[in-house]
Amino acid sequence: MSKQPARTIKVDVLARVEGEGGLYVKLKGDQVQDVKLKIYEPPRFFEAFLRGRHFSEVPDIVARICGICPVAYQMSAVHAIEDALGVKVDGQLRALRRLLYCGEWIESHTLHVYMLHAPDFLGYQDAIQMAKEHPAVVQRALQLKKAGNQIVTLLGGREIHPINVRVGGFYKVPSRSEFAALAERLKWARDAALKTVRFVATLTFPDFERDYVFVALRQPEGHPFNEYPFNEGRLFSNGGLDIPIGEYEANFAEEHVQHSNALRSVLKPHGVYLVGPLARYSLNFDRLSPLAQEAARDAGLGPVCRNPFKSIIVRSVETVYACDEALRIIEQYERPEKAAFEIHPRAATGYGCTEAPRGILYHRYRLDEEGAVLEAKIVPPTSQNLRIIEQDLGQFVPKFLNLPEADLRWQCEQAVRNYDPCISCATHCLRVEIDRG
Amino acid sequence: MSSKVRRKPRIAVFKLASCDGCQLSLLDAEDELLSVAGALDIAYFPEASSAMGKGPYDITLVEGSVTTHHDAERIQEIRRQSKTLITIGACATAGGIQALRNWKDVDEFIRVVYPTPKFIVTLKLSTPIAEHVPVDFELRGCPINKHQLIELITATLAGRKPNVPTYSVCMECKRKGNVCIEVAQGVACMGPVTQAGCGALCPGFDRGCYGCYGPMESPNTESLSNQLRILGRNNEEITRAFRSFNAWAWQFRKASEESERT
Repeated sequence: MSKQPARTIKVDVLARVEGEGGLYVKLKGDQVQDVKLKIYEPPRFFEAFLRGRHFSEVPDIVARICGICPVAYQMSAVHAIEDALGVKVDGQLRALRRLLYCGEWIESHTLHVYMLHAPDFLGYQDAIQMAKEHPAVVQRALQLKKAGNQIVTLLGGREIHPINVRVGGFYKVPSRSEFAALAERLKWARDAALKTVRFVATLTFPDFERDYVFVALRQPEGHPFNEYPFNEGRLFSNGGLDIPIGEYEANFAEEHVQHSNALRSVLKPHGVYLVGPLARYSLNFDRLSPLAQEAARDAGLGPVCRNPFKSIIVRSVETVYACDEALRIIEQYERPEKAAFEIHPRAATGYGCTEAPRGILYHRYRLDEEGAVLEAKIVPPTSQNLRIIEQDLGQFVPKFLNLPEADLRWQCEQAVRNYDPCISCATHCLRVEIDRG
Repeated sequence: MSSKVRRKPRIAVFKLASCDGCQLSLLDAEDELLSVAGALDIAYFPEASSAMGKGPYDITLVEGSVTTHHDAERIQEIRRQSKTLITIGACATAGGIQALRNWKDVDEFIRVVYPTPKFIVTLKLSTPIAEHVPVDFELRGCPINKHQLIELITATLAGRKPNVPTYSVCMECKRKGNVCIEVAQGVACMGPVTQAGCGALCPGFDRGCYGCYGPMESPNTESLSNQLRILGRNNEEITRAFRSFNAWAWQFRKASEESERT
């Protein structure tokens, strides 16, 4: 038997991802022997130092896990703590939280679509290089991103690590008139988001589909808010999972491997699953606004999307939705009498799970009678996607082995970026290496 | 007129232990980003670009604190490659929120978070960059203010002193015409000891400042601790107030250790 040539694909520092990681793929002939998404971003131990902090400090602390999606951390935290303390935030305060989340989705998705992912498809090193040949496209990107940031700034005080979110509601709520200029801006943004969908639909996508297990939040049929998921819902999968968020840990396990400072999640007993835009969209297409559904159809997407490279279209569709939803909330807004519900500490455990831009973000807190945190558990979306990214690469690489080394490495990096991995989140984990022997 | 074509200054952005938020501030400068990119050669900025140019760099921005042996070595090399080294944000200038480990047993922390502790290699302390190498300018904030960052880059390019005030948040409150929430409403506020730069954000939202810009130039932390006691805060709460995003900045560290001992 002839000896098969072996090779390695290595990317030491993955570019255009949030945080520090690399990729290593080992090949023997056309067989992938090993794929490792290496997470060398240093661990920061949030779950450990949250112990002993008062619940009121938690939203500000956990925001610091991620500068790109601080709102997601704040939202999962406040919902978990309110669950523990038996408070249900509803009415306009609930709507404002949804609005804040719309802002973060617009900002985060637009950053990824145009600045981190689009350069892969168009062959640029970055958006700045892209701006030289497509100045109008990059300008549109920046202004659309800015519109998202303007929502977060108006409601949260600033775009990164907003200061206005508290357990029970907000510190201060805006008056109706403060939204007037923003609403005009968002009408422009919604139009720019529609143009974004049309733009990304013209990109060339590798012919690559997989039969994923999708996991996302979804409101059960007949729920009063028949809405696309941000803050609430049950955990659903296309494999029959349908559980309340409090049963997350009974159904999902985390594993720890040597090459990763991020724990990785698996769904018991189904194994590897996918969270994020593809899952959310495929499980909740019927809950998108008519405008977002129409944009998806015009871009050639069906109600389920199994090509991870097309996540760029799905993110763009979700951006249309977020603009649309933000405008709906602003239109119906009336300033609530109180900025927050009253909160009384008690010894209890609470669960929170919300849809961060990258997928479900699970929090659990156990509090004592004074309101101090005894135990905290945080599972970010990127930890849950690490295994699926490695699997994608294992299936993707053998199909493209005839590519020159540099092109294959580029494609591998792109396959990782399909997930918009946030390594800062995952280590609270990326390098690409391809080993052919 | 010189016949030479001037080379654009080269900028690099590095990340150690942090949340990515401070370097994101540069990408969040939506109106200025393309002009910054026009004035500078963005040589190394992995979050934004696949082009990873080698040093030396004219301006280097470093986000994050040193928490591993690898990063402790990396920062030495980054310093050697950098003409001007600027640290950005509370992690790089004060060790960040992850410096809360500095008062605890880090091995116990590893056991709490990771099922296989032997896979994790980390230092006992989270430390700011200036504890390792000389730093040319420290830009405070958790996160930094993007307008201050643009001002700092502009000033560095022009060879002038940046206009980044070191007075307290109180000055910004006064200028905005805010009624003092500490005096008028009895809300605990770190504004008197915290450096300006945020625009007195929290008091404007009816809450006390929580010190995310770190200590001002000469903070009277003892006086603030007394004021917090008058407002009914116990020593444990005062310790926690100083021990957040800039906990390892020496002035806040001293104040938190004093209230812990009391």
